[in-house]
Amino acid sequence: MSMRDELYQQTILEHNRNPRNFRKLEGATHVAEGYNPLCGDHLWVYMKVNASGIIEDAAFEGSGCAISKASASMMTASLKGKNTQQANELFEEFHKLVIGELKPDEHPNHLEKLTVFSGIWQYPVRVKCASLGWHTMHGALEKAKTVSTE
Amino acid sequence: MAINVQKLRQDFPNLALKVYGKPLVYLDNAATTFKPQCVIDAISNHYAHGTSNVHRGVHFLSEQATKAFEDSREIVRQFLNAKSTQEIIFTRGTTDAINLVAQSFGRAFLKSGDEIVISAMEHHSNIVPWQMLCEQVGCVLKVVPMNQHGELIWDEYIRLLTPKTRLVAMTYVSNSLGTINPIAKIIKEAKDRGIAVLVDGAQAVTYRSIDVQALDCDFFAFSGHKIFGPTGIGVLYGKQQLLESMPPYQGGGDMIASVTFAKTTYNVLPYKFEAGTPAIAEAIGLGAAIKYVQSIGLENMAAHKKELLDYGTKVLSAIPGVRLIGTAQEKTAILSFDVEGIHPHDLGTLVDEDGVAIRTGHHCTQPVMEFFKVPATARASLAFYNTKEELDILVKAIYRAKDIFK
Repeated sequence: MSMRDELYQQTILEHNRNPRNFRKLEGATHVAEGYNPLCGDHLWVYMKVNASGIIEDAAFEGSGCAISKASASMMTASLKGKNTQQANELFEEFHKLVIGELKPDEHPNHLEKLTVFSGIWQYPVRVKCASLGWHTMHGALEKAKTVSTE
Repeated sequence: MAINVQKLRQDFPNLALKVYGKPLVYLDNAATTFKPQCVIDAISNHYAHGTSNVHRGVHFLSEQATKAFEDSREIVRQFLNAKSTQEIIFTRGTTDAINLVAQSFGRAFLKSGDEIVISAMEHHSNIVPWQMLCEQVGCVLKVVPMNQHGELIWDEYIRLLTPKTRLVAMTYVSNSLGTINPIAKIIKEAKDRGIAVLVDGAQAVTYRSIDVQALDCDFFAFSGHKIFGPTGIGVLYGKQQLLESMPPYQGGGDMIASVTFAKTTYNVLPYKFEAGTPAIAEAIGLGAAIKYVQSIGLENMAAHKKELLDYGTKVLSAIPGVRLIGTAQEKTAILSFDVEGIHPHDLGTLVDEDGVAIRTGHHCTQPVMEFFKVPATARASLAFYNTKEELDILVKAIYRAKDIFK
């Protein structure tokens, strides 16, 4: 697959065009800011976690390249309804996916649609784009205020 | 005289590269330029046949290396039309040169409440060293704003020159916008008020010939790798009297006259500011690069680049959704732009697959990005070896990117 086909798959382009949960989340319990100085990607991730640790709602806003925007969009969609432990597990799996350590066909995982990013490890400068939203989400759960992928 | 671009391109092995099976179109010359074979030869010749340290041994190789190294200094002196080679200090690059001035001149002569004037279009390397100095001595940074074309607002500059101003540190040519500042006028206004001036010449040395005596600037900094020379070498020109009054920047070998544990006497200029073994091969390579540029003629290069700039401005502006950022009346062959609906980073990745190398990002000028309210731009920066055909390939690549993102 060419770079353009691999990186810019229809799912990714579609999420870039119409990002899901692209808004400020009022009443969020967890918020963090993520910044990638390399390309100027800058976003905020919001989550509303209830008393039993379930992520009731997740959203993001900010500006960034198609990869970072689509990744954050798909992340918020997949977080809803998971508990924080599952979210952290998913973070670990996604992290391994984008650095090429997790092969979706070979290793059991919970990534589902997120495997669309499985080829990104071949483009090292873009890995940070795909993982910015995730690092920010992880930071929000860990209560870090600002996360940088540089 | 019109230059024979196709013939000159053969001097640059890097230009013959193919990426992803396509001919490389290198449009990132403001970041760094390719090196002609004569520069590569000068460096490898030093390592293959002339390796030695300088200013130390009495043996044959050391004398030979010292001569080659000092010959380069003389080439630089002529290039800038400095009075003396004592005014030519080899540094690691422009950034290092500016830091030298900030830490030596700045710490010695600036005090709390003094003001330094810079412009809104400075590279981070002409912002951060002054901010560090401000933290150290309590001086204040003043920024001359620019207009929507990316031109300095002259009246604001004049207004910011006050009895408190001790230094004007200004770029000659903006790396992210291409704006050429009226540097002679800028220097004159400052000098008339007794204010010292540093010129960041990183992007200027490939734009036109420099005469530091005619300009009357106190400091002029540039990098070797942006003028077809190696990385790791740059130059700080400084007026002799000023340099002599300044304390050393770094301590070590080569910068001393004598050392005892009680007291060290510093070496004469320029060695006082060149502690440690210098970048010998790189200095020799820089000398070769300057001679190469002079053999073609900066004016001849500039005429070709002006044609490219006009053509590039025309064809890029004609693409729907493309907005040029930096539209100064006076500008060099730097085309910063954004494309509606495509983040610059995505654009950079997509055109790369067509073999086109452009820079995307903030170009180390985050305040400029903030001013134009963009997170980043795409930037095509041209050298004399670029062609209109290469700009056509860029345009086609942008259309293909637009097609994917439509």
